[in-house]
Amino acid sequence: MTRPDFEEVLSVLYPDPDGGDRGVASTTEAMDRRTFLRISSVAGGGLLIAVSLPGCKSGQGDDKTAGNKDKNDKNTPTPVESEPLPTEPFEANAFVEIKPDNSATITVAKSEMGQGVRTTLAMIIAEELDLDWSKVVPQTAPTNPKKYGRQTTGGSASVRTGWKPLREAGARARAMLVAAAAQKLQVDAKSLKTDNGHVIHADSGRKLTYGSLTEIAAEQSVPETVVLKDAKEFKLLGKEHIGIDAADIVQGKATYGIDIRMPNMLFASIERTPVFGGKVKSFKADAAFTVAGVKKVVEVPATGPMANVHSGVAVIAETTWAAMQGRAKLDIQWDQGPHAKESSAGYRTAMERFVGGKGKELVNRLGNPDKVLAKAKGVVRARYDVPFIAHSTMEPMNCTAEVKGDRCLIRGPIQTPDLAPGPVGKALGIPPENVEVQISLLGGGFGRRLNLDYVVEAALVAKHVDVPVQVVWTREDDMTHDFYRPMAMHAIEASLDKDGYPEAWRHRMTTPAIRATIDPNAKDHGVSESNGASDMLYRVPNRSCEYTYLPSGVTRGWWRAVHTTHTTFAVESFIDELAEKAGKDPYEYRMHLIDELTVDRPKPNKEFPWDPARLKGVLKLAAEKAGWGKTMPKGRAMGIACGIDHLSYAAVVIELSTASGKPLIHRVVCAADCGPVLNPNGGRAQLEGGLVQGLSAALKEKITIVGGRVQQNNFDSYSILRINEAPTVIETHFANTDAHPTGLGEPSVPPTAPALANAIYRATGKRPRSLPIDLAIL
Amino acid sequence: MYELTINGKKHKLDVDGTMPLLWVLRDVVGLTGTKFGCGKSLCGACTVHLDGTPVRSCIAPISSVAGKSITTIEGLSPNGDHPVQKAWLEENVPQCGYCQAGQIMSAAALLEQNKNPSDSDIDLAMSGNMCRCGTYYRIRKAIKRAAELGRGGTR
Ligand code: FES
Ligand code: FES
Repeated sequence: MTRPDFEEVLSVLYPDPDGGDRGVASTTEAMDRRTFLRISSVAGGGLLIAVSLPGCKSGQGDDKTAGNKDKNDKNTPTPVESEPLPTEPFEANAFVEIKPDNSATITVAKSEMGQGVRTTLAMIIAEELDLDWSKVVPQTAPTNPKKYGRQTTGGSASVRTGWKPLREAGARARAMLVAAAAQKLQVDAKSLKTDNGHVIHADSGRKLTYGSLTEIAAEQSVPETVVLKDAKEFKLLGKEHIGIDAADIVQGKATYGIDIRMPNMLFASIERTPVFGGKVKSFKADAAFTVAGVKKVVEVPATGPMANVHSGVAVIAETTWAAMQGRAKLDIQWDQGPHAKESSAGYRTAMERFVGGKGKELVNRLGNPDKVLAKAKGVVRARYDVPFIAHSTMEPMNCTAEVKGDRCLIRGPIQTPDLAPGPVGKALGIPPENVEVQISLLGGGFGRRLNLDYVVEAALVAKHVDVPVQVVWTREDDMTHDFYRPMAMHAIEASLDKDGYPEAWRHRMTTPAIRATIDPNAKDHGVSESNGASDMLYRVPNRSCEYTYLPSGVTRGWWRAVHTTHTTFAVESFIDELAEKAGKDPYEYRMHLIDELTVDRPKPNKEFPWDPARLKGVLKLAAEKAGWGKTMPKGRAMGIACGIDHLSYAAVVIELSTASGKPLIHRVVCAADCGPVLNPNGGRAQLEGGLVQGLSAALKEKITIVGGRVQQNNFDSYSILRINEAPTVIETHFANTDAHPTGLGEPSVPPTAPALANAIYRATGKRPRSLPIDLAIL
Repeated sequence: MYELTINGKKHKLDVDGTMPLLWVLRDVVGLTGTKFGCGKSLCGACTVHLDGTPVRSCIAPISSVAGKSITTIEGLSPNGDHPVQKAWLEENVPQCGYCQAGQIMSAAALLEQNKNPSDSDIDLAMSGNMCRCGTYYRIRKAIKRAAELGRGGTR
């Protein structure tokens, strides 16, 4: 629920190699520079507007930087005064070029993985600039660590951090175009208006295109302050827009990482250790060379915990297919390593023990829940658990690398291009500034591509040849060498007061923490891992959250919505159980109990304090739209749940019936509050996608470990929700509050599983407490 | 040497007969619109039309399609104006977009056979095409819209 913790983790793990401005310390300084803008003319008569956006690492959700921001920023009803202009240094990552023919190109150096970030960020700048949207051409960002600044895309931070700088840049550029027109027309700038790529002098009826003003505009000085539009004046924002890349996608013209083609390039397929932490002992490659097209076979060394490249053997060939065929003929002897005896069953036994007693870390406490529970009669107890799950982006991991002497070019579907040069440089033994990274479209991310294993690995393969190499993972590779959403177990106990409301609540949980995968020395995992549990907003006078870390050799990572995929499942299922015990309606029960957080929030965020009114707002909206409380035929029921994730609020109501032992979902209703909705069509798409992915995890997905290795390897053994299983009615609604805009990629995921489980309970009297839901219990 | 027609153009290809059509298209012919998702006929990302029928190119050895006519996403329509493509844009279906070439090829084949598919017809024809971004709700709407467009309907 708090700011995405990977921002912090990544900044710790991938500090700027020169100690330059990527480190945590200088983040604060970067925040002070606020908006960055440069406007210049370009050859051929265009006007180039370059903007530097803070990346998610400089996260405005970060408590370290919270003090730098004006509280009023949160409320966006404008007009507002912009910030003063920044000083050097300058790293641009968004560009607008206005051409003499009045068309404009917009380049946003953010990784697009289906969340619509390029569309939304382009809309924000075009709005303040009053561009003609029909003449805006999007460009894929050519990534260059020197020219572009922070580009890491994740944690729903792009809109949150880009909102203000982009608007200010647009407004400043617009003011310069107006000044240029005033000069040309010899009128007062105040008498001019802009619309759709034109400056208009209403009094004389004269109208100039932006394209005709570019040269004079470039000579104007950049205004110190500008007034931003009032939300009521928006022409693009808040309106329906389709994805900026959609037209290319439907024609098969969009370029993903796996589609990158370079002259003379080769392809590689890698046999990696099947056991986590295993290593190549020896190998024989002779048979691989019998496959036509196989060029070279090389060993890939494990890098250890940071990039987490697995030990393996790569076959380099003229085509992907030849590489795969050659790889199948390798004869490899493995050293199984220290984790070969680990299994899901073993983890489970340990987890049951951990949550059965006092946790190793006390995350937070209010009052004295132990004492109240010890005395209470009729304590309600429940235990919930979830398995490891895989990201399974539809585009399997892949990356293209070219190593020439002490230089390296990386091209691929990368979520963290600005973080790649460090680990790549380290693996190759070259200076990070010699590593150039270019991003393509991403065939899905969901957090998987925040890890750089597949990028560093490609560089380690490419250094053996003097041409570019594309390492393509098979689906089996992708599924067995993911960074999995951790297994988790939660045991919650509560006692109720005479009115049926909780007076004590003790939550004990355990996970193999995500952060330990990239930083084995990290401590206090409970602070992050309990996000969604230790900071839940139900009012309980005596409450505590305890956490115990479970060591595991399995690599873990951030999976869409991260910790709340399990904490919210536990909390929102348990609150339903309490409502049931109290004989109260689960919706009313929640509305009565949602309140200001009075226990210490483990990761306080002064800039985005939890707002109980917003949580109640989405709950109420979802309940109203779903018709909560209406009478339904026997066997048909609704379940409800809510939560906060990545600073956005969401509630979900699921209506289902259970005919023939299977839940048949009739309708899914979701309400979300992310502040103003900038692109409603794209926003709805994100909520819909989160609901479907949430249902998929709740109903189908499970990775199990036996002998230190993953048992599932393709979509037959690891199934994902298909169209015939997906709900045919999905309704999404926005609260449209005036809070600072936050993301929509994640908040609909966490409430989905508990809303489903709660609906199943109300329809059948049987309560699912494990995911994926075992339909045999129905 | 295998001869086949791809998007109306004849190709002579000197490749191993076991190489699946998918990799011939992507790595030899240079048509990357057809995607690799699973390699086992489980996800539908690699769907192309073989003499008009949808097939999973990841499990079709090139030797088995010699002499046939293949249509890929790049050849579905000259200007990207096939009713399915138009409907896909109207409904703003793609998220990451990676699965969409396969979805569109399956949907186009369905509508070729059935001008007015019901929900269960759609389930049957499309359940082999996975979408991790969860665009199913819009795919269903877009197929119905494409059917309307195909019948000459407007909105
Ligand atoms: S790649 Fe062919 S069906 Fe998945
Ligand atoms: S749109 Fe991303 S997998 Fe379908």
